[in-house]
Amino acid sequence: MADHRALKANPRRASRSQRTLRKVLLGTTGILGFLVIWQLIPTLGIISPQYLPYATETLARMASEFRDLEFWRNVGRTMTAWAIGLLIATVAATVLGTLIGLVPFLRRATHTTVEFLRPIPSVALIPLAVLVFGIQLQAALVIIVFASFWQVFVQVLYGVADVDAVARDTARSFGLTRAERVRFLILPTTLPYLMTGLRLAAAVALILAITAEMVIGTPGLGREIVFYQAAGDWVGVYSLVIVTGLLGLVINLAFRFVERRSLAWHQSVRGEEVL
Amino acid sequence: MTLYTSRVVVPGQRSQAWKRTAVNILYAVGLPFLLLVLWGIWATVSPEKFFPGPLVIAEAFIDTWVGPAFFVDVLPSMGRLALGIILSIAIGVIAGTLIGLTRWLRELLEPLLEFFRAIPPPVLIPIVMLLMGITDAMKVAVIVFGAVWPVLLNTIDGVRATDSVMTETARSFALTRGERLRYLVLPSASPRIMAGVRQTMSVALILMVISEMFASSSGLGYRIVYFQRNYLIAEMWSGIVLLGLIGILLAAIFSIVEKRVLRWYHGIKEVERA
Repeated sequence: MADHRALKANPRRASRSQRTLRKVLLGTTGILGFLVIWQLIPTLGIISPQYLPYATETLARMASEFRDLEFWRNVGRTMTAWAIGLLIATVAATVLGTLIGLVPFLRRATHTTVEFLRPIPSVALIPLAVLVFGIQLQAALVIIVFASFWQVFVQVLYGVADVDAVARDTARSFGLTRAERVRFLILPTTLPYLMTGLRLAAAVALILAITAEMVIGTPGLGREIVFYQAAGDWVGVYSLVIVTGLLGLVINLAFRFVERRSLAWHQSVRGEEVL
Repeated sequence: MTLYTSRVVVPGQRSQAWKRTAVNILYAVGLPFLLLVLWGIWATVSPEKFFPGPLVIAEAFIDTWVGPAFFVDVLPSMGRLALGIILSIAIGVIAGTLIGLTRWLRELLEPLLEFFRAIPPPVLIPIVMLLMGITDAMKVAVIVFGAVWPVLLNTIDGVRATDSVMTETARSFALTRGERLRYLVLPSASPRIMAGVRQTMSVALILMVISEMFASSSGLGYRIVYFQRNYLIAEMWSGIVLLGLIGILLAAIFSIVEKRVLRWYHGIKEVERA
């Protein structure tokens, strides 16, 4: 299997730049094609421009939003809620996950509780959060933390359970203390899982941050979308939807980058680069 | 290297088997029961307006949801949810297979799909509402627009990752395109697809609730917000509990289906691990 790949790799490398070029070209064509189709639909009157504004108009609106300081403040508010929520969820999930994962008794005792709590949709808590905290950042944080906590927590549980039996026994027979075992055995095993959980949680946290702003009405991009909608400013709605998509894209790419960086030593990442 | 020791298996005595089941059950219900009791005690010792005790909520649950409300609010919501999930999975798998198998199409659409997946689905609600009006179809469309991406992208990845040796074997055995799809591509992609389906289901549930909170005069999401705005606290809690139960029901259905569909896969994993 390995030989097979090595043999194939050489002629491939020569054409690698060509393939990347092709990919970039096709990808750009795809985006341009999408924009052209978008422009054509209202132009040809398939959907009235009142409901689906022209692509050019929306992009121009986006450009003018980018020059608006209030827009950037709203981005800042959304991202602040996102960051605080994600941080709380990650810390809590990592600590609890490691603790529960390492103690078999806790693991067994909490299993059903976790399985019951995890599928509860976080948006179900919105009314409760509004009652308790009102229209404040805390209400949004409750939702964000609840949703992203489980993503990380479950991954950490899996990760801690995945410690190789041979490695564990070896560590024991070499007399590693508990702290050393956590540092050199459990942490490296769990890290890939933690990173996956973090990436998922980051995406979920953004969804919930914007949802909370839309439904609860805490300030941020989500509330702005609802305002534009209420004002019938559809160009604004479309442009902000695109902005939220770009925000999600940036978060995805950033976390994928961090994942690859922090796991550069790990088989799954090294293996990918050979291919 | 593991040192193999095997326990001598004594034909299980009945009392011991019973004991083991009892311990398992104790572990399973122990903590939830303890938490409920603590909650109940806390609610009676220091009654808080927003946190009624579990008994009050249970009573409200029966009063609110058992009866006509079940048919007026719960069933239509569940119907839309089910339809949305089924459509998402069907569209995702069919389009994903097509895109995954056609290289130029995949490279053409990849950046676009990455972007669409990154859009937080709830922001689509105003737009879909504008284009389709406030109808049942709109709520299903919101669910599909938001929930199709995990299945779609996972199917693309799964189809792409089909083992090349197997593809070539299938070719040399002259399997037709349909047969290759049926016996090779889809099964080998199915673990990925199922991982996508799991995400799709939870996103769909969230979207069902939000679309009803936003634009509806019936349905679960609407009811819960209505209770909250009218300070019907116990009723609101019962709605939260009901949503939780629906989430658990979905997860249970998923795990049953997954066990059936991926039985071969879990089997292989177990052999590999042993």
